[in-house]
Amino acid sequence: MSGSTTDPRQIGARRPPSKGMTLSWSDPRLRSIVWQVVIIGAVGMIGWYLVSNTSQNLAARRIATGFDFLGRVAGIPIGESLIPYDPAIHTYGRAMWIGVLNTLKVAVVGIVLATFLGTVIGVARLSKNWLLAKLTATYVEVVRDIPLLLQLLFWYVLLQNLPAPRQAFNPATGVFLSNRGIKVPLLEWDPAYWWMLAAFVLGWIGTIAWSRAAHRRQEATGIRPRVWPVGLGLMIAFPLLVWAALGSPFKPEIPVLRGFNFQGGGTVSPEYGALTLGLVLYTAAYIAEIVRSGILAVPIGQWEAAGALGLRHGTILRQIVLPQSLRVIIPPMTSQYLNLTKNSSLAVAIGYQDVVSIANTTLNQTGQAIEGIALIMVVYLTISLSISLFMNWYNARIALVER
Amino acid sequence: MMIRPTSAGAGFLFAGVLLAVSATAALAQGTGSATLDAVAKRGQLVCGVAGSTAGFSLPDSQGVMRGIDADSCRAVAAAALGDAGKIRFVPTTTTNRFTALQSGEVDMLYRSTTWTLGREGNLGGLFASINFYDGTGFLVKKATNVKSVKEMDGATICVQPGTSTELAIADYFRVNNLKFTPILIQDLAEIQNAYLSGRCDAYSTDASALAAFRFQQGDKATDHVLLPEIISKEPLGAMVRKGDDKWFDLVRWTYFATLIAEEYGITSKNVDTFMSSNIPEIRRLLGLEGDMGKALGVDNKWAYNVIKQVGNAGEIWDRNITPMGIPRGINNLWNKGGLQYAPPMR
Repeated sequence: MSGSTTDPRQIGARRPPSKGMTLSWSDPRLRSIVWQVVIIGAVGMIGWYLVSNTSQNLAARRIATGFDFLGRVAGIPIGESLIPYDPAIHTYGRAMWIGVLNTLKVAVVGIVLATFLGTVIGVARLSKNWLLAKLTATYVEVVRDIPLLLQLLFWYVLLQNLPAPRQAFNPATGVFLSNRGIKVPLLEWDPAYWWMLAAFVLGWIGTIAWSRAAHRRQEATGIRPRVWPVGLGLMIAFPLLVWAALGSPFKPEIPVLRGFNFQGGGTVSPEYGALTLGLVLYTAAYIAEIVRSGILAVPIGQWEAAGALGLRHGTILRQIVLPQSLRVIIPPMTSQYLNLTKNSSLAVAIGYQDVVSIANTTLNQTGQAIEGIALIMVVYLTISLSISLFMNWYNARIALVER
Repeated sequence: MMIRPTSAGAGFLFAGVLLAVSATAALAQGTGSATLDAVAKRGQLVCGVAGSTAGFSLPDSQGVMRGIDADSCRAVAAAALGDAGKIRFVPTTTTNRFTALQSGEVDMLYRSTTWTLGREGNLGGLFASINFYDGTGFLVKKATNVKSVKEMDGATICVQPGTSTELAIADYFRVNNLKFTPILIQDLAEIQNAYLSGRCDAYSTDASALAAFRFQQGDKATDHVLLPEIISKEPLGAMVRKGDDKWFDLVRWTYFATLIAEEYGITSKNVDTFMSSNIPEIRRLLGLEGDMGKALGVDNKWAYNVIKQVGNAGEIWDRNITPMGIPRGINNLWNKGGLQYAPPMR
């Protein structure tokens, strides 16, 4: 567009002449203000009535109100927690916070895995390989048509029917599959690992610098130096060298069967495993369709033009098509992320203690249903709005900039 | 249109006065119990039960709710409406039972609910009777060879969330310096599956419910062992809403009537032969003198209907609990070594 024309909307002369508001019903501004006041007033009245009526009835029935219970010692046991928790000393507030963290643990891991799996399946469904295309199409259709709750129960029953700890499958050293979950060895922390981490960060910064330099070289000479061997050396080999220099400490903490269960090592509980697996497989089917529609939305001419330039198929997909299809993909993808997060509340059915599960127990032990439900609403609203805000920001960043 | 706070306030005040007036009018005509009036108007008692525990409340093959809780509800229907059949059972879960009672969805709960201070203090409910003295127990598989709860350090235990069991186990393990991992699933069938599949080392709830669960396993009942420790007191009984004392009285005295009947040996079969009795308490119980029913806001024949249609406490026990092989023990009458004791009816 040439810069000499002006957007007609910007011309001041076209605006209606401003004048003072008259106290006449025929003045549209007065009408609109009056109506807004009336409607806000009505909504406010209804809200006030609901609140006062509820609190009156609660008082009449001597049901406790307020959020004081959050400061009381909980006493409710919690199976799985990211932060230390002891029912004897910690409060309902901390129990609720554990629930929030457990929900986030499912949501974050679920979103990452579902995006990855969904993208792979969506691309595979467009493959020229007949078997691959049909298999992924069948996957999408079957998984989408079965209610999520049934799928979760299915995975949970499957994980429950693994052998008991004493007869656990032991596919690799220190890895145990039993009905108590998947046990994996963890490394015992050593100060040397901090140095490795520092080396990795340094290597990472170095790789970015090298990548920029490569970019400049490409612009100057047309030849792009390879980035990945340098990156590999800086981010993998360098930390490994540091580790070797510090005496290569390696002490794995292998789970051992003691008493009723394995002690030591890391655990993926059957409840968390079933919930994450179910959510990922279910949401991935939807994401696959979104990715497929996004790719198909890019005109075939883009493929042909890129092909004419001599780019390879993989490069075209990664560099030309996917960036353009992202604009179509991101808005519906946001909905799927929100769905996955909210669907994680089905955890109640299979005994994973997410925020809904813990809030339910809390409101049942304290009798404060309204406060409990309000807290659940606030938590989901906060998580959902955060996801939306982030995705909207990302969407704005990659949106087609029209000039 | 304008809304001024003052005029709105006046409107609400007016509405409030109207309500108060109409409430007074109702008081003059009705029984003085909003719940009893609602039940009478509906012609049906709505009783919240578990609907999933053998011996307490579980539908039989004809879909009729059977169990000690179900019969205790029927007794209240017989007392309030004169017909034990005018009743609707609402199955509730451990986590929605109190909300169902608070919101008025059910008139009362007989849902193996433990009487605790917290529940009376915070939940807006009152416990009107104790129809079963219970305690928290542990069921384990025989194959695990566990003989005592003290051997269960590090065990995984299946519990229903929102129960007093949940708190009792946490307390017990804390006191004994033991650790455990809880698996909390709301649905009873799911939590039992988790135990049967071996996800949990033990299943914990009221000892009576564990016995019922073991009984339901049929041939495989002997694969499961009830550990000797009973780690808490769990008095189970009827819960009603606070603020309706007359209804509370009726639910409470209906239960006492079944105890008094058992004390005198009055059963559903022989109750008519007692109509000519000259023992004053029996005459008051059966509505022959004393206007006891009138005092409760129901027909004077209320207790007669309860005994005739549902039976006395012993009959209710024998019908529902005895087949599961649970001895009556502390649930016997006070003069037979138990805790069941009714105040005099006079």
